[in-house]
Amino acid sequence: MSRNEKMAELPPYARSMGIAVDSLEDGLPIVAVDFAPNVEGRPGVFHGGATSGLLETAGYAALRSALADREVQPQLKPVNITVQFLSAAKNRTTYAKARITKLGRRNANLTVEAWQEDRKRPVATAVMNILVVSPEV
Amino acid sequence: MTSTVARFDPARAAKFLLGHGHAGWLGLRFVAAGDNWVELELPWREDLLGEPDRHVLASGPIVSLMDMASGLCIWTARKEFAAIATLDLRVDYQRPARARAAVVGHAECYKVTRSAAFVRGVAHDGDPGDPVANIAGVFMTITGDTRRVPQ
Repeated sequence: MSRNEKMAELPPYARSMGIAVDSLEDGLPIVAVDFAPNVEGRPGVFHGGATSGLLETAGYAALRSALADREVQPQLKPVNITVQFLSAAKNRTTYAKARITKLGRRNANLTVEAWQEDRKRPVATAVMNILVVSPEV
Repeated sequence: MTSTVARFDPARAAKFLLGHGHAGWLGLRFVAAGDNWVELELPWREDLLGEPDRHVLASGPIVSLMDMASGLCIWTARKEFAAIATLDLRVDYQRPARARAAVVGHAECYKVTRSAAFVRGVAHDGDPGDPVANIAGVFMTITGDTRRVPQ
């Protein structure tokens, strides 16, 4: 599947910002967004909000793929997110991938990293708590 | 010799800072400001939904709204523009924003030091007493921002 086809799986907000699924790694998606005016904050640098949006999108995409084999898809509701900005994300493609630290019956805890050309030097990290609401059977 | 430094004017700066880039794409709008607080508005947009089948605003744009309001309230509290970087931003989501409602972000800078600024804020969709989200952020002063922001 091409990058554009995979993009269809992401929510409207993510697609609208230009986020796409770049690849899969150990069954979990790596999402990416190219640098463009709509993600720019300071000149030549990603806006903190855009970086946060990418981290959050990576979190939901990872959780969705972990839940993909369930018969009925649960609703995912955000509880909170804490973002650490480590260095300025420059004018090039930024990637993000989440690790599902805990997937319980009612909630999930994830850690997410965003990086640019050097994966060992993340530009931002996040911790997210997400409510997993399964419909009544 | 005397020099007069113009006091930072959030309404004027907002016109400049919100007109392009990520904030311009979201359509962020200046609402009001006080001594150490700024209020911005994120208009409703169909393409900012978090899930395709539900009319619920994604949480990402709320982070952007609060990050931008935070920056403006820090410059307002400092009374001057200085380049800052977000160090840490926490958002607690209380409930989804109502469908088709604009979201107002109110950010207050409660402490500034030489190198750091501390912000708390609320995002709501009409009633500040019934918020959509609460936020807390820490920002650092940096060098290298070459923008000439109207003060």
